Amino acid sequence: MKHIKTINKANLQAA
Amino acid sequence: MIHKYKLNGLNIVLDVNSGGVHIVDDLTYDLLDNVFPPFDSKCPANVIEKLSKFYKKEDIASCYDEIVELHKDKILFSEDDYEQFAKYSVAAPVKAMCLHIAHDCNLRCEYCFASTGDFGEGRKLMDFETGRQAIDFLLENSGDRQNLELDFFGGEPLMNFDVVKQIVIYARSREKEYNKRFRFTITTNGVLLDDDKIDFINKEMSNVVLSIDGRKSVNDRVRKRVDGTGSYDKIIGNFKNCVSKRGDKEYYVRGTFTKYNLDFSNDVVHLYEQGFDQVSVEPVIGNPSEPYAITEKELAAVFSEYENLARRISEINKDKFRCNFFHFMLDLDQGPCAIKRLRGCGCGNEYIAITPDGDIYPCHQFVGHTEYKMGNLAEKTFNKDIKESFANTHIYSKPECTKCWARFYCSGGCNANNYIYEGDVKKVHKLSCELQKKRLECAIMLKALKFLDE
Repeated sequence: MKHIKTINKANLQAA
Repeated sequence: MIHKYKLNGLNIVLDVNSGGVHIVDDLTYDLLDNVFPPFDSKCPANVIEKLSKFYKKEDIASCYDEIVELHKDKILFSEDDYEQFAKYSVAAPVKAMCLHIAHDCNLRCEYCFASTGDFGEGRKLMDFETGRQAIDFLLENSGDRQNLELDFFGGEPLMNFDVVKQIVIYARSREKEYNKRFRFTITTNGVLLDDDKIDFINKEMSNVVLSIDGRKSVNDRVRKRVDGTGSYDKIIGNFKNCVSKRGDKEYYVRGTFTKYNLDFSNDVVHLYEQGFDQVSVEPVIGNPSEPYAITEKELAAVFSEYENLARRISEINKDKFRCNFFHFMLDLDQGPCAIKRLRGCGCGNEYIAITPDGDIYPCHQFVGHTEYKMGNLAEKTFNKDIKESFANTHIYSKPECTKCWARFYCSGGCNANNYIYEGDVKKVHKLSCELQKKRLECAIMLKALKFLDE
């Protein structure tokens, strides 16, 4: 893609 | 729903419901203000006309096609269908416990949420019998959970270290019989951290949190000993000694920043320069009338400093990992399951706190708020109604969260802060929300920079 770079492939214990 | 922002020279777009993160050019950034689903096959003429003052028409058309393609792939303007998971958000076994081993402290930190150690309940230490009852409670109430978490907290836990050791030994003695594994953690201010304690902690504690606020002048202004002198010189060597002997085991040096040090990136870098590579420096949460409190007036300065910190962390880690900052930790590829994202910490449901008297509370921050007392170990009482209410507390039960772009990363924020400062567990503490959102923007930006570098 020329305009958009997708940086991830998301897949959406008890400091 | 999307969230877009500019930071550190990047245009970043988060697709809230899919978790997709996109780095976009200026044209896309502007076009996303003008086009929304449902999409036509061609970019609307009025949009092309409007943006053609700044961009070429053919570029606008091709950019629109990319947006439509990503929408078809469900990683831009994707639908929110997470509420279905809320019905899975039911009562779960107790698997984590915070043991208030000491309601006493040898420091008098100005901002202490625990009333300088006693939680407003008088100075006292937990005895072994109460600790034993706590272990038994966890073993009996943890269902099929094999991995149990036990955090020694205070006050200052090292003021009652013999009982800490007794409890650890007792818990280990019951693991095989119950087919459980304990994961122990401890927080300390470092004043009493000698070689013997370090050896025991490094053997038994999966994580140790070492409390220090950063530069000596910053630390000593608020973290004072009982005689009014600063604590930095006493603790810094103890912490270095502990970490140097710890090998690969987890630890954090953990500080608090206040209105007194809005240049807190200097404190993070100071701790890094002292040889600590696991650092957390967190905003004080307190009554807005306190002189150290961060209020809405300070937000712009804090936001700017978080951005400054992100740039400095990026520079430190430029060619290899050197320093981890707790609040910039973010897994953009998987992270937790949907239930965890909806419910967050698990307080009052999977996680409880025990006072030296054996009283049970939803978490360490609720201790002393007797309306949330859930029971008592010696009296063998445990209020399941309160537990159930926390099991059903999730982002879809908090009206402000349902509209927020950060909801799947912050998971509804801190229930205790909501209650203490807003009067209702389900009413979000707005100051915490604003800080959390800025940290997330910085964390996502750091991931984007890393992507571009690779």
